[in-house]
Amino acid sequence: MIHDLVIIGGGPAGLAAAIYAGRADLEGFILEKMSPGGQVLITDIVENYPGFPDGITGFELVEKLSEHAKKFGFGVENGEVEAIEQAGENLNIILADERVITTRNVIIATGATHRRLGVKGEERLTGRGVSYCATCDGPFFRDQRVAVVGGGDSAVQEAVFLSRFASKVYLIHRRDELRAVKVLQERAFSNEKIEFIWDSVVEEIEGQDQVKSVRVRNVKTGEVTHLPLDGVFIFIGIEPATNFVRDLIETDEQGFIKTDEWMRTSLKGVYAAGDCRLKPLLQIVTAVAEGATAAFAVEQEMA
Amino acid sequence: MSSDKIIQVTDADFDEKVLKNELPVLVDFWAAWCGPCRAIAPVIDQLAEEYEGKVTIAKMNVDENPATPGKLGIRAIPTLILFKNGGVVEQITGAVGKTVIDNALGKVS
Repeated sequence: MIHDLVIIGGGPAGLAAAIYAGRADLEGFILEKMSPGGQVLITDIVENYPGFPDGITGFELVEKLSEHAKKFGFGVENGEVEAIEQAGENLNIILADERVITTRNVIIATGATHRRLGVKGEERLTGRGVSYCATCDGPFFRDQRVAVVGGGDSAVQEAVFLSRFASKVYLIHRRDELRAVKVLQERAFSNEKIEFIWDSVVEEIEGQDQVKSVRVRNVKTGEVTHLPLDGVFIFIGIEPATNFVRDLIETDEQGFIKTDEWMRTSLKGVYAAGDCRLKPLLQIVTAVAEGATAAFAVEQEMA
Repeated sequence: MSSDKIIQVTDADFDEKVLKNELPVLVDFWAAWCGPCRAIAPVIDQLAEEYEGKVTIAKMNVDENPATPGKLGIRAIPTLILFKNGGVVEQITGAVGKTVIDNALGKVS
């Protein structure tokens, strides 16, 4: 069978695309390797999604989006995509379990994963004090000392979140000011548990079986210190989950997919939406807009 | 709603159900507050069906059972630990796709 549309990834972009595809009566499904949600699932409270003035938890938002997509008949199937290949006018999606799915159109909505620092000790101590998910692992650090690395929205929001559990939260940032939006900055600055370590980079995470300290270097003075810690939470940005299509369609150097305003990629029939796409603002609100646009583009193309 | 092939393990019966189990046991350490734990739940369900009789798939709620994760040094969830004959064969931290877990289970089944 040749499907109309397969959406790869069940985060907000994919689920929004599914709502629009379902309403347009396109045939197909979402392919998701876990359960729908994506990065939103690690978010405690989403405070900037329009229509929820009191915020909404990541869980709830995902549940509502999934329910909404289901309502219009575009389902979710389990599958881990390994590659996409051209097959004449169609596209073959190759899955890890060797299944092959043939479709006329694909929307890539695979999102992104956290970026690693790439320092000594990071990989070895992941799960042993090094974490990329404050909402998952914060409760393990009750009355302990943790550091957050980064200066963007996620880093600052998670530093504030971690202050609920930890006795002390250091925020280590390589610049002398934060990139995070003002409302988050103010919350962090007024939090007594949070201490800022400016102009500094983490060079090594130290400890045998558990994180014991980090080696921090001040980039302005060159001074090196060892900061005793129990946990290190790393929020230094994201990497697009696009390895499987980098030879197929155009991306930038980091792997973010290039599209036009219809979300069309360099290959006919392949669209991209959400955090895997090259764009200025990586947010749920832009992800859903792009998912909708991509599904609309498919609908127009098939009409 | 999880597969009925999955066994629930507590601090009280961890030794008996996991360490003394004749089969290899994969334990999924999770908590209700953890998004990625929820995300991998369907994968764990699927594994329980596929490895029935070869590997026991178990879940431990770390909120209700703090002693065992403490002893094992677990400071992140989801953490999946594969035990065989009472020893740790493999430990996987964070939400991963089915392939990664399949590869680990392949070593013992």
